[in-house]
Amino acid sequence: MAKLDLQGVTKSFGDNMVCRGIDLSVDEGEMVCLIGASGSGKSTLLRCINLLEPIDDGRILLDGLDISEPGLNPQPIRARIGIVFQSFNLFPHMTAAENVMLAPRRVLGKSRDALEAPVKALFDRFDLGQRMHHYPDQLSGGQQQRVAIIRALAMQPEIMLFDEITSALDPELVGEVLDVLRQLRTEGMTMILATHEMAFARELADKVCFLDAGRILEEGPPETLFSNPREDRTRAFLKRVL
Amino acid sequence: MTDQTSLQRGSAQALTRRQAYELRLRRRSTTIAAGSTLAVVLAVVLLVPLAPGWDAVKRSFFNGEVFAKTFPGLLDAFLMNVAIFLWCAPIIAVLGLVIALFRDVRSPALYPLRLFGAIYTDVFRGLPVILVIYLIGFGVPGLGLPRPWNSPYIWGSLALILVYAAYVAEVIRSGIDSIHHSQRAAAASLGLSDGETMRYVVLPQAIRNVAPANMNLFIALQKDVALLSFIGPVEVFRQAGVYKSLMANFTPYVGAAVIFLALTIPATRYADYLMNKQRRRQS
Repeated sequence: MAKLDLQGVTKSFGDNMVCRGIDLSVDEGEMVCLIGASGSGKSTLLRCINLLEPIDDGRILLDGLDISEPGLNPQPIRARIGIVFQSFNLFPHMTAAENVMLAPRRVLGKSRDALEAPVKALFDRFDLGQRMHHYPDQLSGGQQQRVAIIRALAMQPEIMLFDEITSALDPELVGEVLDVLRQLRTEGMTMILATHEMAFARELADKVCFLDAGRILEEGPPETLFSNPREDRTRAFLKRVL
Repeated sequence: MTDQTSLQRGSAQALTRRQAYELRLRRRSTTIAAGSTLAVVLAVVLLVPLAPGWDAVKRSFFNGEVFAKTFPGLLDAFLMNVAIFLWCAPIIAVLGLVIALFRDVRSPALYPLRLFGAIYTDVFRGLPVILVIYLIGFGVPGLGLPRPWNSPYIWGSLALILVYAAYVAEVIRSGIDSIHHSQRAAAASLGLSDGETMRYVVLPQAIRNVAPANMNLFIALQKDVALLSFIGPVEVFRQAGVYKSLMANFTPYVGAAVIFLALTIPATRYADYLMNKQRRRQS
């Protein structure tokens, strides 16, 4: 059984239909990259999976359980699915460590003392041990984004969603954030990325999906999709970005 | 740091063309400002005493002897203003916060709270403070309550609390609205409930953002405590009135004004300083 299974997901904002029936299946430990032009529905799809946006129609199954059921309490589901945003969205009034501890303390009910060691270990693992007591505005963009990733990981999610997490970064800071993703990949994390980093998608993804106007127009292993795309529109898009 | 080093470099070497130009410009504006200020001050000092009633005004408003005799008594009375302020302020802060939160509830079961919050702020921001003080300060004791429940201190304070809590609530609500929705989304995505998101993520930022605005409200409150004198409490304004009648001289009012300014000017300056600091941080 797939870890995550999207069946005919549709989502509109007013008259604007952003997702027009998306089917996607993600296996445990798989890394799926969503590519496509701005406005093709990548970000909205990720926000729907995390239940930040309710979907209009279709189903989202997590371990076979329909999490898109209207009226379902979204909090425990969100705690199982981490998401990292393009604009970091760290809480500016808390240090990096406090940002990371907030949800484990309030949602999982862990004590500050119990979290001290594992949180320190998380920061060390991503080479930020020296920075954990800094406030977000004392950190570079790349460091802030890595803290945001650590914050999501601290909830020990089963799936991680990444919404164009390098798009707001200066070019020289992109590498350190992609390295974190590489590390998570080798640790076997199930991941879905909306990304414009084509080289990265080609190097690491198990599956690449090309979204166009709210539909997955074409999907397949990166070698096939990048070297030998079937659809004209995929070809045109790749020609523009590569 | 970089400013300092560049300054040192600038003074060690000859000024660049631009630095010399800006220096000339600065000196010129300083000279003009000093000159025009001096002219205005001179005009006031020389012309006002020429007015036909000046001697009478000087005697009844700026009488040094009366000032010296009444000022200690006024300071004593001002302690009453401070006391009223001190017991009103914390209640206003808490009530204002509660009303602001009422206006943000989403659950349909709690809709009455939301409605109450909206009506409350509309009503109390729409009334002159003095009118509320009269209505509550004279109206409630008129119910024939036993001592001490007929005290104008209680009901006058309540009037101030009700009015100022409405303003504080609006300020806090604007602070809540100013927090970008992406902050709520980030908190929600981690599994926090709406209440937890408000308490740990939105409110701490919102309250910090509106601290200067709230400070201005509390400065206004300190002044409006004087309005309670109309329903009884002998605070500094009322005390000044008593001295005025006793001595047939208006100087005690000037004394009261001096006391208010000694407190409000530093406080306003500090609020402005906070506000500027915040603006700099946000830009």
